[in-house]
Formats: sequence, structure tokens, C-alpha cells
Amino acid sequence: MAAPSQESLFARLTAHTLFWPAATLLLLLVVSAVVSPGFLRIGWFEGHLSGSLIDVLNRAAPLMLVSIGMTLVIAVRGLDISVGAVVAISAAVAALLIGGSISTGDAAQVSRFPLGIAVGGALVVAALCGLWNGLLVVKAGMQPIIATLILMVAGRGIAQLITDGQILTIYYSPYFFIGNGFLFGLPFALFIALLTAVAIHVVLTHTALGLFIRSIGINPVAAHVAGVRARLITICLYVFCSFTAGLAALIISSNVKSADGNNAGQLMELDAILAVTLGGTSLAGGRFSLAGTIIGALVIQTLTSMIYSMGVPPEVNLVVKALLVFAVMLLQSPEFRATMRRLAFRGEPGPAA
Amino acid sequence: MNAVERPAVAAPPALAGLRRIDPKYIPLAATISLFVAIAGAGSLFYDGFFAPQVFLNLLIDNAFLSIIAVGMTFVILTGGIDLSVGSVLALTTMVSATLVQRHGASPALVIPLVLALGALFGLAQGFLVQRFRLQPFIVTLAGMFLARGLCYLISTESISINDPLYTAIAQARVPLGGDASLSVGAIIALLVVAGGVWLAHATQFGRTVYAIGGSESSAVLMGLPVGSTLIRVYGLSGFCSALAGVVTTFYMLSGYSLHAVGIELDAIAAVVIGGTLLRGGVGYVVGTLFGVLILGIIQTLIVFDGTLSSWWTRIAIGALLLLFCLLQRLFERKRRT
Repeated sequence: MAAPSQESLFARLTAHTLFWPAATLLLLLVVSAVVSPGFLRIGWFEGHLSGSLIDVLNRAAPLMLVSIGMTLVIAVRGLDISVGAVVAISAAVAALLIGGSISTGDAAQVSRFPLGIAVGGALVVAALCGLWNGLLVVKAGMQPIIATLILMVAGRGIAQLITDGQILTIYYSPYFFIGNGFLFGLPFALFIALLTAVAIHVVLTHTALGLFIRSIGINPVAAHVAGVRARLITICLYVFCSFTAGLAALIISSNVKSADGNNAGQLMELDAILAVTLGGTSLAGGRFSLAGTIIGALVIQTLTSMIYSMGVPPEVNLVVKALLVFAVMLLQSPEFRATMRRLAFRGEPGPAA
Repeated sequence: MNAVERPAVAAPPALAGLRRIDPKYIPLAATISLFVAIAGAGSLFYDGFFAPQVFLNLLIDNAFLSIIAVGMTFVILTGGIDLSVGSVLALTTMVSATLVQRHGASPALVIPLVLALGALFGLAQGFLVQRFRLQPFIVTLAGMFLARGLCYLISTESISINDPLYTAIAQARVPLGGDASLSVGAIIALLVVAGGVWLAHATQFGRTVYAIGGSESSAVLMGLPVGSTLIRVYGLSGFCSALAGVVTTFYMLSGYSLHAVGIELDAIAAVVIGGTLLRGGVGYVVGTLFGVLILGIIQTLIVFDGTLSSWWTRIAIGALLLLFCLLQRLFERKRRT
């Protein structure tokens, strides 16, 4: 009597979209705890929580933000590979608006413009980048990869143009709070990421937007015929994606106290796409999971931290990441699962019939 | 001289030909005219720009990019994309440098070996794309991580090569009359372009590639070997990347895991500027060569100008990419109506 219900519970559990991402994260945490015993220890240090786990949360925040934006773009069959370049541009704008140099004396308290304008300016520029991408995809009808490739190629040039080829150092100390500060004992950056996630989740579930996004992803033409303003929504999602990249840029530039047009946000687009895929969002559009994406971002950051704490060269990180992508991709492929099933049942005849 | 360049009799047919030009050649014509225009402008504004060696240097300095771009053209013609090319190039240089320098292997063995490895890497990616219906973008992205990671595993330092055969090839110049000369790498690149043209237009493989890009399901219904061709296209791209890696070792005389970072974007840009549609099915290998040359000549212009900073290259390439994508959309819309 009990056996079938237990089995169905297990089957239901594994069928849940968040099961595999969560299981991967759990497995990584267990492995991390085994290889470096101090990994799960959380202490209290100078008025905030500290430890490897808190560090992972802090470092994962920019990736979480970008991945949330990327999830929605992918949900409407899009892709935004320019987020890394947008991070570089926004960080450059923020650093430029703050300005100041060590020679102006009390640089730590001096900003060229008020902090609000610097932050707002960076975010507005990021949103404009998104508008550009959205217009190219929707109005010019370009393939998303190519439309965003243009900004990806030109973006780093623009960022270097803004910074004049230099790495702009930021001395204004209030700005550092964004990427290094703590609120209620937790990293401030984490609050930015979670607030964004909660806000977008509320909008998606309490308005028809979530439904519209799914319908555009499943069939853009049908959605348009049904009266969904598919073009406007798609443009808005590209703007939102770049906006999250702008937020990530603020955290990153504040964390490293500088803006580097060449290296800020390098390979971020790939990590974000990886996080989205790991989280169970279908690259074909229509099926997406914000919670899955956040777990995906945490998986990537945990993996990176684990590799660092294991003492193996950090270069291994790329190989492990690649193998992880291959594994997730294959598991998501119906053709692969069918092949595996055929192989498995050829081996042991009987129970399948 | 003038009479030879512009014979009076040839003008009318040329003009008539321009009017009757097949619309499918317009993007290619646009690319070639743009190259000629940039070259002309450069020759007008900068002293010493209009010299044979300046143009030959375009081929020499961009030999590896043209080889990669030829492979990429075939992948894009099928409607796919290959992001792993730069990392495969770097991996090739690393493997060659390690085997030759640290293990004393003979270059005669190493070069065929790395070419085979590159082709195998590409075939494996093609297998995943074709057999399991995975997105080329994601598969080759993972391939890019894997190859770059393997580079780092071999060594994070640059390994210089001082094998006599490599240095001899690196220094060899093929004279072309006057002071002009070409490097071995550039000649390999030209041969690859010629081979690409032959493959695209004179073989069953090439015809199948165009058919897949036009419509994969129609190609299947026509009984073309779609599956094996798709896999071989990625194999070809892997082989080209490895060959570009070999040419890079001739050019740089080193293996380094950071060689050719981001070159996949340059290659894609060159293919698009060369007039190949990213949807697949339309495009020419020759166009790709001119796409590469346009990227190269922009860089040369910026060097000749001297006052422009290097980042203008990225911005100019982005602007050109935009221009050509918009042109492509325009042509597509016209053809549909």
C-alpha cells in the first residue's frame, strides 16, 4: 500500500522543475563541505555574518541580477549576449560621474555629482542599451544573437571611449556600500538581487505579464493574433535585461572600486546563459523559472568557490563548467533521454514491459 | 597604362552587366565595393598607404582569422554557429608548443596530430548538435569553455617555440616581385579560401550545406545526407580552427592559452560583413575573405592615422556589423514582397 504512494511522491519530486537545479546545488554544497570543512561555517565578524557561504551569496549577486533579466529575454525566444559589454559601459558611466582622483585631497568624500545621479545615470545608460537591443530585434527584425552581438562588439569600445582607455579608480567611499556594505548582517548586494527578483516575481504573478511572456515564447504569432502586445513587451524585456546588467555593474564596480572598460563583466553573458539553462529554463522559449535561475547562479558561484577552496588551480573551473553544461544540456534533450532509455532497457529486459 | 586599365569597348557591357546583376550577388558586391572604397580613401588621405606590401600585410596579419572565418562560413550557411573556434585555436597552439618544446616531438608528427584533434573536437560538437538536437550556440559555448580550460590545464604561461622548422617557416617569405612578399601562413590562408570556394560550389557537400540552410526539412525530403553533413560541417570548422592554430604558431612562435580570445566574434562579424545571411542558405566564401580584409583594413587605417585610439576599431566593427545586418534585412524584405 505504502510503496506506490512513496514512489509517486518521489516521481512528483523529481518531476518538479526545481528538483534538478536544487539537487545540483545541494550536491555541490555537500562536496564543498567535505573537501573544505570550514565551508559551511558561518561566523559573526565586525557586525555582519561572515564565512564562505556569505561570500558565495555576495559574489553571486551580480550574476543573479543579470540572469534574472536574461531569463525573461530567453523566455520570449530572445538572447542577450551584450550584457557583459553593458556592465562595462554602465560601470564606466558611474565611475565617470563620480570622478575625483587621489590628488584632489579628500577624495573619499568628494563626488563630482551626487551619488543618486551617478547611480541613476549608470542605470539610465544601461536601459538605453537595452532599448537599442530591443529596437534592433523587434523593429529591424534581426536575430537576437546578432542584434546583441553588435553591442557586444562595439560596447567594450564605447566603455573604453568613456574611460579614455584607462581603468578608472573610484575613491568616493559612500559608493563602496553597494558592493561591500552589509544590511542586517547580510551583504547589501544580495538585497538588491533578491528585491529585484521578488519585485519581478510579484509583477509576473499578479498581472497578466507572466502569461503574456509565456504565450509569446510558445508562439509569438499566435500571441500577437490573440491581442498580446508582443513587440512592446519584448522591447521592455530587453530594456529590463540591460537594466539588471546596470545594477550588476554598480555592484561589481563598487566591489572592486574601479571601472575597467576591457575586463568588467567579461564572459558574464556566458555565465548568465549558463545559470538560466541550469535553472531549467528552456532555451526554446515559453518555459521559464526565476527561482531556478537564482539557484543556477548560486550553483555557478558555489562551484567557483569550491574549486578555489579545494586548492586546485582555478583554471580547472572552466573545464568543470564546460562538463556541467554538457551534462545539463544532454539531460534536457528528449532525444538523449530516449537513447539512454533504449540502452538501459536493452540491458535488462522485463520490468519495462 | 590608362588605356589598358579602362578599355573603351569594355565599358558598355560592364554597365549593362551591372544593371542585370543577379540580386543574390548584391551583398557580395556591396562588401567588395566597401573594401575598395576604404582602400581608396586610405590611399588618398595617408602617405604610403597605397603600397602592395600594405595590402599583403592584411593577408599576413589576418591569415588565421581568414582560415577560421572560412570554416565559420560553412557553419553559418547551415544556420548554425561555432563559438569554440578561438579556444580550439589556442588549444592547438598549446598542444603544439608543449609537444614540440617539452617532449621534443617532431613537427612533422605534431602538425597532423593537432589538425586531427581539431577536426575531432568539431565532429564531437557536430554530433551533439545533430544527434541530440542541441542548440549549436550552447554546445559550442560549452566547447569554448572546455578547450580554453584544457589550455589552462596544460599551462597558464606562454610557451615559446624555437624548433628550427617552425622558425624557418615563420621567417620564410615568398617574394611576389618588387619588395612585396607573402608569409607561409598567408599562402595557407589563400589556399583555404580557394578550397572553401571549391567545397561550397563544386561538391555534393557544399550543395547539401546550402540546402540545409535553405530548409533542413526539405533537404531531408530530397534525400540529401543532412545528418552526416551537419556533423562534418562542425568537423570542418574544428579543422579550420586547428589549422589557424598551426598558422598562429608560425606567426607568433609560441603557444599561449590567451591567444585569439574573442576571435569568434571577429570571425562572425567577418562572415556577416561578407554577405552571408545568419539564417543560413545564402552567402559566399569569397565574401568572407573580403569581410576579413575589411576588418583588417580598418585596423590598418587606425594605425596609419595614429591619432585614433585602438578602441575605435571595436566601435567601427560594431557600426559596420549594424550597417550590414540592416542591409540584409532590407534585401530579405524586398525579396519577400
